[in-house]
Amino acid sequence: MAAKKPTKKPNVSADELKGFYRDMLLIRRFEEKAGQLYGMGLIGGFCHLYIGQEAVVVGLEATAKEGDQRITTYRDHGHMLACGMDPKGVMAELTGREGGYSKGKGGSMHMFSKEKEFYGGHGIVGANVPLGAGLAFVNNYRDNDHVCFTYFGDGAANQGQVYETFNMAALWDLPVIFVIENNKYAMGTSQTRSTSSKDIHTRGEAFGIPGETVDGMDVIAVRDAGQKAVEHARAGKGPYILEVMTYRYRGHSMSDPAKYRTREEVQKVREKSDAIEHVRELLLSGKHATEEDLKAIDKETKEIINEAADFARESPEPAIEELWTDIYATETPQNA
Amino acid sequence: MATEILMPALSPTMEEGTLAKWLVKEGDTVKSGDIMAEIETDKATMEFEAVDEGIIGKILIEEGTEGVKVNTAIAVLVEEGEDVPEDAGKTEAATSDDEEKDEKSEDGDEEETTSAPDEQEVKAARAAAPDGPDPKAAAAPEPDWPEDTEIRQQTVREALRDAMAEEMRRDDSVFLMGEEVAEYEGAYKITQGMLDEFGAKRVVDTPITEHGFAGVGVGAAFGGLRPIVEFMTWNFAMQAIDQIINSAAKTLYMSGGQMGCPIVFRGPNGAAARVAAQHSQDYAAWYAQVPGLRVVMPYSASDYKGLMKTAIRDPNPVVFLENEILYGRSFDVPVMEDFTVPFGKARIWREGADVTIVSFGIGMSYAMEAAEKLSENGIEAEVIDLRTLRPLDYDTVIASVMKTNRCVTVEEGWPVASIGNHLSAHIMTHAFDYLDAPVLNVTGKDVPMPYAANLERLALISTDEVIEAVRQVTYR
Repeated sequence: MAAKKPTKKPNVSADELKGFYRDMLLIRRFEEKAGQLYGMGLIGGFCHLYIGQEAVVVGLEATAKEGDQRITTYRDHGHMLACGMDPKGVMAELTGREGGYSKGKGGSMHMFSKEKEFYGGHGIVGANVPLGAGLAFVNNYRDNDHVCFTYFGDGAANQGQVYETFNMAALWDLPVIFVIENNKYAMGTSQTRSTSSKDIHTRGEAFGIPGETVDGMDVIAVRDAGQKAVEHARAGKGPYILEVMTYRYRGHSMSDPAKYRTREEVQKVREKSDAIEHVRELLLSGKHATEEDLKAIDKETKEIINEAADFARESPEPAIEELWTDIYATETPQNA
Repeated sequence: MATEILMPALSPTMEEGTLAKWLVKEGDTVKSGDIMAEIETDKATMEFEAVDEGIIGKILIEEGTEGVKVNTAIAVLVEEGEDVPEDAGKTEAATSDDEEKDEKSEDGDEEETTSAPDEQEVKAARAAAPDGPDPKAAAAPEPDWPEDTEIRQQTVREALRDAMAEEMRRDDSVFLMGEEVAEYEGAYKITQGMLDEFGAKRVVDTPITEHGFAGVGVGAAFGGLRPIVEFMTWNFAMQAIDQIINSAAKTLYMSGGQMGCPIVFRGPNGAAARVAAQHSQDYAAWYAQVPGLRVVMPYSASDYKGLMKTAIRDPNPVVFLENEILYGRSFDVPVMEDFTVPFGKARIWREGADVTIVSFGIGMSYAMEAAEKLSENGIEAEVIDLRTLRPLDYDTVIASVMKTNRCVTVEEGWPVASIGNHLSAHIMTHAFDYLDAPVLNVTGKDVPMPYAANLERLALISTDEVIEAVRQVTYR
């Protein structure tokens, strides 16, 4: 966990900084609420919280433009909120209700939004990586300059299909940003116990894919690295790897007691490197916002989350008939 | 001593070929490894090398001769000063069973490997023998095309290519990807001419990386394209089965109907000839179990064409199970602007009142041959080709069983949890009172496919087994 505070004045506007604060806070409050609803038995199954990693998606979304695609694995709530999906629809999917993005049929790990170009939400570790390259393939085929943000973890980085994908992405110059969210633990196995090399971002070298490591607790650093990667891909130079060093505060999923690490380790990151606290300090010290301004944002965020939770509780369970729908499409999808 | 040079089998399924060109002439001295001729197989033009040293005493088959059967003598090799024997060239293809020949099979893959002549027996037993029905003689209660339509003979290989090319002309979001599909024109020469017509953007050679490129295809389908993903064989698709099932088949449901996956996965399935356990599996029952997939396993060339066009237009992931032995076989295909065959509609190839034989894919060869032989003995079988396994045309099967009261299923796959098992249960549930005998399932044997010719023959289904099953259910 590097999380060094930048010494020079960051190249960021007050509005942008406030936006980062707002977006990261929304994710954190959402996840805290999801954890609470899980505890109340309103959310079932697997539920992987993104708390601690907020700066990764928020920083990268700042570099996306209309038409860019994103795809990730199952720790996906943050990605959906960051790309503008409605917290109500996400929360109602967690509770398995009709108002959820997948009408309650996908759950925490499987949500999609064609409108926001969010392609899931995939439950199989590593499987979303070739899918992301396939989305980037569409961009080349259609001859546009869109890029696909393909997120996966340090655990998925050991899957064979990731390297099959690196090869094809480099071979065909696919405009894909491989974002490796390195939170140090593949479920309960630390990187040192699962991964032969210390640096995952260098694993594209054999394929000629440039890569770099990024401080994932610093949203501005993530944005800057993202911009470089996106420019590379948009210019037709092919894929780019960002290994973003981050940390999840909660267990792998709700049922994980996280005995593989000490409470002190978690506490230390929270106190010294928290991404939201970092932006908060920048806002205050730079006189971009007052305590009052931030309180207003906190209040507003809390309201959005409470509304989402209320919606998720009140939305009815899917109709019985839904068991038998959406198995086959009857019309040609118009997702082009 | 004079040696006859025989027409070689240059692919696992080759039965005959064209002697395209002689590169030696009578009187030339050849040594082991010299290229003597160019031979066109059903897949490619191959160079034919000398095995023995000697002088070309006589060329027996002129260059340009088509349809030269494997193991026909094509030239005679003599030693220095030796005359060409008078009976040279009298060797008949079928009698060379015991002929020993150098076998070359470097990569053991389904590509052109020189086959030993003793494969002849296997081929006689399966690949060559059941030549399929004569469609003119077969009753077709619901024909797939109007009566006056012009008909031409086309191989399954040509029908498949035409179907894909027609759909690629019709819709620019359709593209083809897979190993050797572009420059090589297909490991089984299915995609001949496609790179030329559509260019490298739409006919994409992939690295040998099934898991990865299946995922790239699925991602492209999510993104709005309509990929056709060729697997060199379905055996290799086991590396990609997670993408086929978890990503392609389930996402529409998991997304509440938002994220469609219009993709066709295609390639040869089941046994070819002498390619052993890892290249011979029939996946029909595996994929037929998965909700969200369409599963197609055609028999005739017209169905290959019509169903492939339907598959490409279908908004769902389609598993299209082809058969290498059928690739070179010719059938009637209608000459129509836009010929399609709907999913979920079985074809009745032959009407009969005594027993219903249900099959699909190459199993139909055995079913039809058995039906012809049974007819000679007064047993009239109704033969139903399911054509698609998901959706499956239960109605046609049940209606037939209600008429004949007896049923035999025929498939090449393994017996446990087979399509036949499933149909038996369905018939029991829906037509129990109509059955006069238990439904019997003729299937491949419950063993990995052996290599040895005699064992392989035993592992596969045969016409005799179908006949025997029919005799059991008709008590005749």
